[in-house]
Amino acid sequence: MTVIGHPAILSGPIGILAELTHRCPLACPYCSNPLALEGRETELDTQTWARVFREAGALGVLQAHLSGGEPAARRDLAEITKAANEAGIYTNLITSGIGINRDRLKSLADAGLDHVQISIQDSEAASADRIAGYQGAFRRKQELAAEVVGSGLMLTVNMVVHRANIERAPAMVELAVSLGARRVEIAHVQYYGWALKNRAALMPAREQVERAVPLVEEIARRHKDRIVIDAVFPDYFARYPKACVGGWGRRSLNVTPSGKVLPCHAAETIPDLEFWSVRERSLEEIWNKSPAFQAFRGTDWMQEPCRSCARRDRDFGGCRCQAFALAGDARAADPVCHLSPHHDVVDRITASAGEAEYVYRG
Amino acid sequence: MTGMSLDAKPKLLRGVRLTQSEAQGGWVLLAPEKIFKIDAIGAEILQRCDGEKSLAGIVAELASAYNAPVEQVRTDVIALLKTLKEKQLLDL
Repeated sequence: MTVIGHPAILSGPIGILAELTHRCPLACPYCSNPLALEGRETELDTQTWARVFREAGALGVLQAHLSGGEPAARRDLAEITKAANEAGIYTNLITSGIGINRDRLKSLADAGLDHVQISIQDSEAASADRIAGYQGAFRRKQELAAEVVGSGLMLTVNMVVHRANIERAPAMVELAVSLGARRVEIAHVQYYGWALKNRAALMPAREQVERAVPLVEEIARRHKDRIVIDAVFPDYFARYPKACVGGWGRRSLNVTPSGKVLPCHAAETIPDLEFWSVRERSLEEIWNKSPAFQAFRGTDWMQEPCRSCARRDRDFGGCRCQAFALAGDARAADPVCHLSPHHDVVDRITASAGEAEYVYRG
Repeated sequence: MTGMSLDAKPKLLRGVRLTQSEAQGGWVLLAPEKIFKIDAIGAEILQRCDGEKSLAGIVAELASAYNAPVEQVRTDVIALLKTLKEKQLLDL
């Protein structure tokens, strides 16, 4: 979630990422789901999701991102959407585009759906389908995009960018404009979950990133009257880390298909964190007291160079999962920060990026 | 006049919602992946952006309701609408 304007004046949890299922017809090699996917038999039922949204609304949450996996894999998606809407929460459907036809879209709109985000893997069909691991995905996504725009709902197109397609980032913006989207995300792969596993194949060369950034900025200016572009380039090439999830346990929470509540979708990669479930506890109790949320809340847990850093209340030391993945210590500064004593690890990874085969998720 | 016609009928796009939030202590504008805090005056302006009232009509209403000079209200209204238009949250 991005809060543009004055993030400091917003308070408490504002966004919930509801991973309704890990099931998905696509197999994208950068999927943010964990390597160990939760099965259908473990998924929360409709009534429990409805309670989760009521509790989220009471906690002050303003936006729900209905995600997955592919959320449309759940037959009760419209009921779940309605429950979030009735709790006063803005609903954003994050979909692959597979499994939603015109009738289903109408039932979602009738349930109060506010916004649809469709991911598209490339501007060229053959490459897009290869990345998604699904023949015909590119065409079906465009069909749904047309239905969304035709129905009057607002559309965001999410273009995931990496080594194989970063050269076509400007063409992807053009595609989003032609589909009638009012917003496009040029979102570089974030290296968690399956993307971390496939990092060697996905990581662009520094020169690719340096070429793409000004091209995207130029096209953003050219189309500013038709579409807004949010571009996120890889943090591995940045000087300072991102303010991951707006700070741990600070603005957002993530509920897994089985009901575990995480401070971020990758939090389970950090060993020894204790996660609580909505099956046993209220969201309010979990938000305020669960050991996982308390673990890196605020700044007391920080080590140097974060502890005395002037930016510590701005980027919160970066990403805890990335600190663990790259430095072996979840309390360390995010190694993408040039001030991190482990920063050489990042330089070695970006310098050694090259061709490799994708490992597709099952 | 920054290129904005007084006859234009501003309308928040579908997918952009003005709502009150107890937790945030006031009005918020909810949009795709974004949340904006809106002050009381901003909320008065946006509640009138229904696609039926003209910009001139909105300015006149607010000037009258708040007993404020039309010129000043017009400047405030245009500034807010321009910002939201740039963010693709409002049609004019």
